[in-house]
Amino acid sequence: MNAIIHALQSDPRATADRIAVMTGTDPDAVREQIAEWESDGTLRWKVIIDPRKVRLLTGAEAVTALIDVSVSPERGEGYDKVAARIAQFPEVRSVCLVSGGQDLRCEVTGTSMAEIGDFVARKLATIDRVRSTATHFVMKTYKDDGALFLQAAGDHRLKVAP
Amino acid sequence: MRPLSAVVSACPPSGIRRFFDLAASMPDVISLGVGEPDFVTPWRVREAGIAALEAGRTSYTSNMGLAELRMAVCGDLERRHGVAYDPAAECLITSGVSEGLDLALRAILNPGDEVIIPEPAYVAYGPCVAFAGGTPVYVPTSSSDGFRIHAGAIDAAVTARTKAVLIGSPANPTGAAQGREDLAAIVAVAARHDLYLISDEIYERLVYTRPHASLPSLPGARDRTVLLGGFSEAQAMTGWRVGYLCAPAPVADLACRIHQYTQLCASHIAQAAALEALHGGEADVLAMLADYDRRRRVFVQGLRDIGLDCAEPGGAFYAFPSIAATGLSSQEFAERLLRAEGVAVIPGDVFGPSGEGHVRCCYATAMPDLDEALRRMDRFVAKLRQ
Repeated sequence: MNAIIHALQSDPRATADRIAVMTGTDPDAVREQIAEWESDGTLRWKVIIDPRKVRLLTGAEAVTALIDVSVSPERGEGYDKVAARIAQFPEVRSVCLVSGGQDLRCEVTGTSMAEIGDFVARKLATIDRVRSTATHFVMKTYKDDGALFLQAAGDHRLKVAP
Repeated sequence: MRPLSAVVSACPPSGIRRFFDLAASMPDVISLGVGEPDFVTPWRVREAGIAALEAGRTSYTSNMGLAELRMAVCGDLERRHGVAYDPAAECLITSGVSEGLDLALRAILNPGDEVIIPEPAYVAYGPCVAFAGGTPVYVPTSSSDGFRIHAGAIDAAVTARTKAVLIGSPANPTGAAQGREDLAAIVAVAARHDLYLISDEIYERLVYTRPHASLPSLPGARDRTVLLGGFSEAQAMTGWRVGYLCAPAPVADLACRIHQYTQLCASHIAQAAALEALHGGEADVLAMLADYDRRRRVFVQGLRDIGLDCAEPGGAFYAFPSIAATGLSSQEFAERLLRAEGVAVIPGDVFGPSGEGHVRCCYATAMPDLDEALRRMDRFVAKLRQ
């Protein structure tokens, strides 16, 4: 099963038949396994767009902020309730409970700094038990979710070699 | 002018050269003709090389190589193959296996000594034997049994002048990885005739169907074997030129005497990077191995779908399909495929007479390019059939 996951990570667009060849597995077994993983949420799909190209592709600016949120935990619930409230806003891309000076680290996207500022002021900071927020706007992304946005290394190999 | 070296003059230029010139002159060529990984050296290793430069590690190292690297190499071999070498006397860091092979042959051979080489073989084996004053004696192997090396064939090739047997496993160009039993039988032949064994194991980390059988780890083999290994293929470090030679002290000592006068030491920066490759590079090796395996399965299946027979390549990153069904010689096939469809493969006959009727295809190529190469080869073969 590990081999199917690795094959999907190497080429998420590969067909089940292709993955079957790659891994030496029966094609129907691959199809069933992928369907099972999709239905139980083990396997989810996303598209990563180079942040420098988003405006070109969508016509809108893409602004991202990392927001540290300080929260007073609740008896019996800890941080979960507040985190769940934050996580359900569609402009929030990720929420993690982190160690260190703050409690939650959120990644929020919008079309302008003003839009994100508005979200923080009107939605995030006003949630019960949120004590403070610290917003860091992203100025340049070098790597996102494992994908590098640096100039790729060229292929310097000779065309024919021993 | 007086005539140049007779030995070198007698050595034909590499058959690969002609294809290099032809492929280089054509646009949009998909090359399956390379003999190296398509990965760039993993970043942690490159970063260690940068750190070595920043730290000013630009001096010579000892002739044998950095002591830490020799200890790491010997520790790695003992852990993975159970074969022990003394890093102080039995391990020499070389500028790649290419240098190691040259040193091993020059340390072992006297003029006229014969070296048995199973073929198809890596293009450098025969010429390096000749440059060292020896005579290569080729023993054929066959795609019909996956290019197994049969001890009986080696035995039959032994003469009073035979000094050594040179084996590459997993092999360039066939991808064949020899099994323990076959190698053990060859060790027995070597013991019976008191022959040295030279084992080129540069592709040893790239095996897909069964664990690698390291020649010196076989009973009775270590004390007559020169083991050649390196970082080029598994760590994608071809351009760094760093490898190692492990052998019993008397052989390693002679190899080091040549090395100290002809090379002095391997690149200090490359040695520092190789140390990082051994200490922290395992996850990278395994990830690349898994990636090659996926491409291997797709490519070999694709060749068979086209109707080109292909022995299962158990190691390295080469497929060596038979093109006999097309009725063309391997030179004709490779040249016409390149001109008609812009796909570069290496004609099998450059690796020895048993390579005739085959072509070497390197599948260390991006999957979309492999797919496109297979489409073009399919079109080419289909036209030939009409």
